[in-house]
Amino acid sequence: MTNDNSLLARNREPDLRTLEKRADWIRLETIRLVEIARSGHYSSVFSCAEMFAALYYHVLRLKPGEPNWPQRDRFLLGKGHAAIGQYPVLADLGYFPSDWLDTYTRLGSALGDHPDMNKVPGIDFSSGSIGHNLSVGVGMALAARLHASDYNTWVMLGDGELNEGQVWEAAMAAAHYKLDNLIAIVDANGMGLDGTVESVMNIEPIAEKFAAFGWSTDEIDGHNMGAVVSAFERAADADRPHLIIARTRKGKGVRFMEETPFWHLGYLGPEDKAIAIAEIEARMNP
Amino acid sequence: MSKPLDPASWNIETSLPKLSALTMSDELETLAEQRPDIVVLTADLATSNGLVNFQNRFPQRFINTGIAEQNMMSVAAGLAASGFTPYVSTFASFASLLCAEQLRTDLAYTGMKVRILAHHAGISMGFYGTSHHAVEDLAITRAMGKMTVVSAADGNAIRGLLRATLDVAGPVYMRIGRGAEKTVYPQVPEFSHGKFVTLREGSDATLIATGICTRAALDAAEILAAEGLQVRVLDAVYIKPLDVEAVVAAARDTGAILTVEEHNPHGGLGGAVAEVLAEAGVATRFRRHALPDDYALVAPPTHLYRHYGLTGEGVAAKLRELLA
Repeated sequence: MTNDNSLLARNREPDLRTLEKRADWIRLETIRLVEIARSGHYSSVFSCAEMFAALYYHVLRLKPGEPNWPQRDRFLLGKGHAAIGQYPVLADLGYFPSDWLDTYTRLGSALGDHPDMNKVPGIDFSSGSIGHNLSVGVGMALAARLHASDYNTWVMLGDGELNEGQVWEAAMAAAHYKLDNLIAIVDANGMGLDGTVESVMNIEPIAEKFAAFGWSTDEIDGHNMGAVVSAFERAADADRPHLIIARTRKGKGVRFMEETPFWHLGYLGPEDKAIAIAEIEARMNP
Repeated sequence: MSKPLDPASWNIETSLPKLSALTMSDELETLAEQRPDIVVLTADLATSNGLVNFQNRFPQRFINTGIAEQNMMSVAAGLAASGFTPYVSTFASFASLLCAEQLRTDLAYTGMKVRILAHHAGISMGFYGTSHHAVEDLAITRAMGKMTVVSAADGNAIRGLLRATLDVAGPVYMRIGRGAEKTVYPQVPEFSHGKFVTLREGSDATLIATGICTRAALDAAEILAAEGLQVRVLDAVYIKPLDVEAVVAAARDTGAILTVEEHNPHGGLGGAVAEVLAEAGVATRFRRHALPDDYALVAPPTHLYRHYGLTGEGVAAKLRELLA
């Protein structure tokens, strides 16, 4: 798509249709990479594919040719198991050669199920143990203030991740230190590994909880690209730590995967894979 | 203070100056003058560990996370990933046990340049009990890749270690006592990375001790000297990397090694030394003198050290047993 190393034009008027197609392309790439490992988190990417597309192709201030550019916006993936959807985007933007993707999960690859900041250019912090990265984001937001830098730190969390106590320690600290440069996104797909978050360990009402901790909150349909883009643009103007609750569907974009909760981890055999790809491609090229 | 306290009274604020071996704040204030990258974090213990002085001097570079140690470790990771060198401090029990995963996954695996000042280590919290004792921390941190593990015998050793580890890559776990340690180093020592310090030469046996037990080992050597035994005393300042040469030389030169530590017998200094000896194939008499593989009694710390033989007399008795 683009290998432009220049600063991405975040202030450009977004082409919503192009961003939507990129989200579906992320789904296709995820299916391709899972095929290598024969195991993967399809549905965890599908729920946040629109947000990945909006962040990387419109919102984040980045210089792919300079991954450690100090003024870049930080993006931390608390739900690190969705990294399989992030890798194709990073390769597409030129952070690393696209053929790295073909090594996904193979011996010695930089690309594992969870992202490693020391192996993958463009990954701002490693993750994998759910619940740590909002704290790391607090540290980065504090660092921005100490450095008098104007970058924002974005952290994407799962809704099941909010069951972890450390998230609330971080939420408390972010409000205490008035981190208006910290933005958390909850990919509220409503599902964990064992079933619905509501049935396993209910975390609602999320907005009220964060508001009580001193955050500003916003709630959107995470698959409506227009809503996603405008919520992300609004977030930059917040005067305190800001939370975007994106209501999403696990497995979004492939009908039979949306219908069962058990695609958190799995593998599509040839026939099912063909059905999934056909459905996505039909949407991309009607 | 509205009125002077009765001389018999004390509180956290008035007791702090008495903890003369808690030198971190003073040393960090000096280092921070030259190093703008240094920031300090604690979890509601600044008045206990003395870092309140750092806070007063550098309020912008001091972050109190409240009683949220796991958050503190990961916040430090975020700061380190953004160019700062965070010094994170809390009780050793919380740093090593409560935050083991944050240490491993957010600091060590990622190679973050964070220094963990784990104070009140071992059983130095005395009658506060097992929740506040840290007798597993060396085993835990030693098993983490990229982690440097050091242990300070007194206040000057803390200063020396803060200087010696200033530019060490990756995280450093620094085991520190409660601040009441007796002097081992009259001046601030210059430590070399991964090297023990020979505090006393001797050819009849070697005591390899760490932390508060180093003073006990020196006292034991003194006692045994009066009995005609020349005992070498090594301060295991670095637990990881371990001074393999010094261990092997001690076995060859003296034929008897007793390790002394305020730790569970498994996986600490004694375990590390035993691994070296076994792999080196050097025959020597060897014993670990540590706490029992159990949970310590409650008592004032000095009473506990006597009870568990972590005093000059106690260590001397153990070495006599080994040599008998």
